[in-house]
Amino acid sequence: MASLCVQDLAVVRGDRTIISGLGFAVEPGEVLHLQGRNGAGKTSLLEVLCGLRQPEAGRILGQPEADQRHWLGHKNGLNPLLTPMENLEFWAGLNGLPAHGLGEALNKVGLNLRVQRNCGSLSTGQRRRAAMARLLVAPRPWWFLDEPLSGLDVDGLAIFGRLLTAHVSAGGAVVVTSHQPLPGDITGLRSLRLER
Amino acid sequence: MSGFLGAGAAVFRRELRVALRRPAEWLQPLVFYGLIALLFPLGVAPGDPALVIFAPAIIWVGALLSALLGVERLFRSDLDDGTLEQLLLADAPLGLLVGAKLAAHWLLTAAPLIVIAPVLGYGLGLAAGPIEVLTLSLLLGTPTLIFTGGFAAALTVGAPRAGILLPILVLPMMTPAVIFGGGAVRAASAGLPPDAPLYFLAALLALSVTLLPLAASGALRNAME
Repeated sequence: MASLCVQDLAVVRGDRTIISGLGFAVEPGEVLHLQGRNGAGKTSLLEVLCGLRQPEAGRILGQPEADQRHWLGHKNGLNPLLTPMENLEFWAGLNGLPAHGLGEALNKVGLNLRVQRNCGSLSTGQRRRAAMARLLVAPRPWWFLDEPLSGLDVDGLAIFGRLLTAHVSAGGAVVVTSHQPLPGDITGLRSLRLER
Repeated sequence: MSGFLGAGAAVFRRELRVALRRPAEWLQPLVFYGLIALLFPLGVAPGDPALVIFAPAIIWVGALLSALLGVERLFRSDLDDGTLEQLLLADAPLGLLVGAKLAAHWLLTAAPLIVIAPVLGYGLGLAAGPIEVLTLSLLLGTPTLIFTGGFAAALTVGAPRAGILLPILVLPMMTPAVIFGGGAVRAASAGLPPDAPLYFLAALLALSVTLLPLAASGALRNAME
């Protein structure tokens, strides 16, 4: 697994340059915690790194392929009319993954499978957990997470901390934005502050 | 490649599943369509022979308006709940996924219109031959309507007040289908061969089904910027 290297990056949103001249690298086994005040461009940077947004200038070396990265945006990517299981089935089908092991993933994030409720009627934290289950369905080395902790309760934070620790100790890499300190015992934690 | 087709199938299945949870959404165009065809004769004098002349236009314009009804929401909910991000980031080509989504939308909203069109055509006084041509023309023309509408929905998905913008944008693109669709039925009613307008519809179908999903994916990628 190669490292991700960003050189002289500029990101424009609308007609505003929100990031310019940014350079950093993320190695396998590291967690890069993006920090900065609201509007500093953390989400935009994450979107550029995983390929949702085109940078205005600069280079990104070692940008992971589609089957090498997970994206967990601040939107969960769950249809409100479908149950967590149905949403996960769709996501697995979309990415050409087998449908077995989905129930186990939902169990691991603490969602009760017997409750057949639509995502629309779940709480914010439960929806966050359902989205988090995607990280477990397919092992992928790169995780791009945008405010993954929002809405999670103490138990949810503990689960997330365990996932993160296991992922990093297995040699995975994470780029994450969060206003809260990250849970879990992470060895390779670095933070990057975006300023303008 | 087979994996990519599986991804398209996953999108198709999901659309049908979501639609089953909300039947009002795909029944609305059908009811609207029936109302147009049923109310039109009430505005005409009883037994007026002009009704048969206008019948193809009534049914085709009804199909066009019904196709417009649901199309605005096509990508909006996916943008709002973040599914669109997952579609954009999937390994499968976005054009294929958009094509699968539009195909499912056609099956849900346009296919029922084709099924009841012969009944409405009969009610408006069309003879058996023209009704056959009418059904065939709808079969060839409605995918063009849905795919054009889908393309416009992708263009306007990030725009506020897309509800006003979309019909203005989409109507000029949809008119050829109405012209040739209505023309085919008129020709059949006059006892002339309807082949030429039907071939035009088939050509439009081939173009729209192959090119518009690609154009729509470009527009969707743009919407994320």
